[in-house]
Order: sequence, then structure tokens, then C-alpha cells
Amino acid sequence: MTVTVSPAAESAVLAGEPELPDILPPVKQRRGITGFIYRHPAIAIGGAMLSLLILMAIFAPLLGTTDPAALAPSKRTRPPSAEYWFGSDMMGRDIYSRVIYGARVSLIVGFAVAIIASLAGLVIGLVSGFVRWADSIIMRIMDGMMSIPPILLAVALMALTRGSVPNVIAAIAIAEFPRVARLVRGVVLSLREQPYVEAAVAAGTRTPMIIIRHILPNTIAPLTVQATYICASAMITESILSFIGAGTPPIIPSWGNIMADGRALWQVKPFIVFFPAIFLSITVLAVNLLGDGLRDAVDPRMAKRL
Amino acid sequence: MLGFIARRIVATIPVMGIVALFVFSLLYIAPGDPAVVIAGDQATPQDVERIRVSLGLDRPFLERFGEWSWRILHGDLGTSMFTGMPVTQLIGQRLEPTLSLMVLTLILSIVVAVPIGVLAAWKAGSWIDRGVMGFAVFGFSVPVFVVGYVLAYVFALELEWFPVQGYTPLSEGLWLWFENLVLPAIALGCVYIALIARITRASMLEVLQQDYIRTARAKGLGQRPILFLHALKNAAVPIVTVIGIGMALLIGGAVVTESVFAIPGLGRLTIDAILRRDYPVIQGIVLLFSFVYVLVNLIVDLVYTLLDPRIRY
Repeated sequence: MTVTVSPAAESAVLAGEPELPDILPPVKQRRGITGFIYRHPAIAIGGAMLSLLILMAIFAPLLGTTDPAALAPSKRTRPPSAEYWFGSDMMGRDIYSRVIYGARVSLIVGFAVAIIASLAGLVIGLVSGFVRWADSIIMRIMDGMMSIPPILLAVALMALTRGSVPNVIAAIAIAEFPRVARLVRGVVLSLREQPYVEAAVAAGTRTPMIIIRHILPNTIAPLTVQATYICASAMITESILSFIGAGTPPIIPSWGNIMADGRALWQVKPFIVFFPAIFLSITVLAVNLLGDGLRDAVDPRMAKRL
Repeated sequence: MLGFIARRIVATIPVMGIVALFVFSLLYIAPGDPAVVIAGDQATPQDVERIRVSLGLDRPFLERFGEWSWRILHGDLGTSMFTGMPVTQLIGQRLEPTLSLMVLTLILSIVVAVPIGVLAAWKAGSWIDRGVMGFAVFGFSVPVFVVGYVLAYVFALELEWFPVQGYTPLSEGLWLWFENLVLPAIALGCVYIALIARITRASMLEVLQQDYIRTARAKGLGQRPILFLHALKNAAVPIVTVIGIGMALLIGGAVVTESVFAIPGLGRLTIDAILRRDYPVIQGIVLLFSFVYVLVNLIVDLVYTLLDPRIRY
């Protein structure tokens, strides 16, 4: 960027009177909510979209939905209409109701996996970072787990358990947490070298206290960013698992299940696949935007690059 | 150099060992009794017992693991519980479509992603840059089967440019093979392109600030040699790394893409195996793909030394 300096300003500088170049407008201080939106548009947009989706999931029964599992064999595969806003599926179930209720499954799976994988990764990462003899063993195991593509690991786990929402959450969390462990370990190892941590050690502070006072606060920022991305990826993985028949039981209206129902008919009745696909994409987009915004807010140096 | 390569190859053996141990342990990690789950709801106690014996769950863990590893080292991945065929044979029959899809996607993704990443870094802040970054967020957010269905609907059903579904072996003609794989490869590549383009841009932005780039500019070098000879080569290590890591996305996505486009590959085999609860087949596929993933990242490590002679382990 080139800054041209006006003749007036130039003469002022020469005269020894510092004056800002007059082409630079005064920095406008924005405060409150508008200021926040201005500074972090991605967090604001992503957060707003996600809040709406959460409200939609909570208030699903009040949004003109009917029983998402109610069968109507005489009204199968109806196109979208006043009665069936998003049409009806092969068993005459209302796709609008199923899609709205499906938000619950996606959001619960996404948030639960993000929380469980972050906590598990945090604990393993802390142990690995502080207990020298355990470090290489734990990290070799994590390397091994990370060498298995996450979706396949989740598929293998789901093949051995009954399809249920808690099992899906566990399977995806197991596939995701080694990356968190590695991240936390990296943070711990770099923090241990910091003078204030060394000072705390020299002062005789006990390890648990060092972890609580000095290590944990520094892991929260990168962990939150990582957790958002895990949430997004867990939602996609859940829908993929359900889509290929290894996820939530077909009776539960999850977006992956609705698409799996529409798979055989998609060439003639594309709307069955279309509506859950749109909602899934928007939800994942909202979470990803939030994650990008959080990352930029946490690490402004990265903001310009990624 | 040869010593380094040999050391690096030897170093992957313990990783593969841990992968194998972990994949094997899944049978024991899974909550509940896998034999009961695999047998299904209508199974008699005799069925459950038969499955327990065939999975080896009636014998000690270490004895089973030793025997299982020994068989794998001899190229035996076990026997399908449903068809009674060797798992290696089942995988062999389905290998070509999946391999074709993945290789084509890999080439397409690199050819598209690297130039747009370079372009975005060169024109940083412009509408081109914003467009590429916008696409990247989009690519991360839209699941592979959604992209697949949209592409298939628009370009195959409506415009009829490409076949809707199916696969033609390479032996029946290059064009027929290619024609069937274009849409699946684009769908599968979307996320991968987003990932590579984003890292290419970030890495290029960093390199373009270096002194030697300014020197190259100062001596009057054109924009293209600066970008592609001086900058890209120095920006290559993170790009190659992410291409290796991104293979996991490609492997996971292939299973779904094959299902959308009715390609009879390993993804189809996986889905059939899930429906039939044919665990040995799933185990074989997971193991095979994990080994492929480890090998790809071994190759990535070796490529580092070609790109940056300073890297030695």
C-alpha cells in the first residue's frame, strides 16, 4: 500500500510539527455489538447462523412439524406442496418434519464429539507433555491411530456395535481425539520452556498447580478453535456414516438417514436428498465460519495468511 | 541419501505394527459383545458361538494377535464371513475402480489447486483471492455426497454431458473410463482442492515476503519465473505435506462417492460388508487403506529431501 502525503502535512513535518497525513481518516472506534461484528464478521455470521439452527432444533415441535416417524403409505414420494413443504419420502413420512428434527441429531453429535474429543485429547496431551517416560509410548499410539483414516476407523467401530447415537458419538470421538492430544502436547512442550513456567518450577510450585495456573489457560484458545473444526467434521462424518448404513438407526431422522432413504430414488425424486443436503451444508458452513473467525481472533498473525 | 531412505522405510515398520495392533484390538475395545452384534437379532446361541470361534474371540488376545499378524505378513487378510471367499480376493476384484478414482482425483486436485493457490497469493486481497478463499470455506463445508448429487443432477441428468452412474474398466477404452470418472473425481476432489489451495496460498504468501524474491524482482525477472521457479519451490514443503495428510479425506470420501455414482469399488464392498456385518472384510479394508496412507506419507517424507536438501533426519 502506498501512502501519499499531502503538501500541507509535508511542510508541517519539515517545520517540526508532527501531523498525521490528512488522507488517513481518524480511526473510528466502534464499540458494543456493531464493533464486534465489524471486527469479527466471521464469528458474528457463523454464530448467528448456528444460533438460529440451535433454536430451530430446540423448538422443532413448534415449527409446523408433524410426527417425523409417522407413516402414510398412501402418500408416498409426494413432491413439495402446501401439505408436505419438502415433500414426502418412500414411506410417506413428512420430509420437512424429518429435516427439522434431524438438526437435533447433527447438532448433538457435533457438539458431543467436540467436547468429548477435546477433553480426552487434553488429558492425554497433558500426560504426554508432562510425563517424560510415557510421552514416546503415547505418541506412537496416537501416530498409529492417526494413520487410520478417521471415517474408516469410525466405520470399523460402528460395525462392532449397535447403531445408536451414543455409539456414533463414541466412534467419531475415538477417531478425532488423537489430533487434539498431539496439539495439546505441542502447546505443553513449548510452554514448559517459558521463563515463567521455569520460575514456577524453581519456586517449588507443584505440577498440578502449574498445569492449572499456567498451562491450561494457554491451551484454551487453540483447543476452542480445534473443537469447532472437530464439531464440523463430526457432523459430516455422522451424515456419511448414516448415509452408508453404519450410523444412527434408520428410525431416527438424521440428515444422513434421510439422504440414505432417498438414495435409490434420487434421479426421479431429487427433493428427498436435496433438502437434508442443504441443511447439512449450511450447518457445517456456520460452524466452519465460526471456527475461522475464532482462529483469526485468537491468532491475528494467521488471519492474513490462511 | 540411500542410507536416509532405508532408515526412513525401516521407521515405518513400527507405525504399521501399531496400526495393525490397533485395528486388531478394535474387536476388544468395542463395548458389548461383538459376536452378539455381528450375529444380529435373530441369531441362535449356536450362531453366536460359531461367530465367536471364527473371530477367535474364544482364545487369548496375544495368541490370536500373533497368529493374525503372521497371516497378514503372508498376505492373508482372512475369510469373508458372508461369502466364504478370501478377503484379499474380494479386495482384488474391487481395487481397479477405487484406484482409478483416487489417482484421477489426486491428479485433478493438484493440477487445479496449486495454480489457484499461487494465483490467490499473488493477487492477495483482490477479488480473485477472495473468490478462492470463499471456495475453500465452501469446499470444507459441503459434504462430498452433496457435491456428487448436485454434479450428477446438473451435468448428467439435465445436461446429459456425462453418464449418470457406473464404471467402465480401463481395458474397454480410455475415454469410456475417463467419462465415467469425471464427475466422481470432481465431487471427491472438492474438499481436497480447498485444502491444498488454502495451504498453497498461505505458504506462498510467506515465501513471497522473503528477500530472495525481492532480489529476483530487482534483477528484472518476470512474474512467472518468480512465482513458479523461485517461490513455489520454496513453498512446496507444506503443500506436499498437506497433499499427504489429505489422502485420509480422499480415502474416506471415496467410500461415499462410489455409493453416489454406483461405482463397484472398495467403497461398495465396505457398504455391503457393513450391511452384512461381515467384519473380516471391513477389517481388511481398514488395514489396507491405513497401510496405503502410511506409505503415501512415507513418500511425502522422501519427497521433502528432494525439495529441500536441508531436511535430514
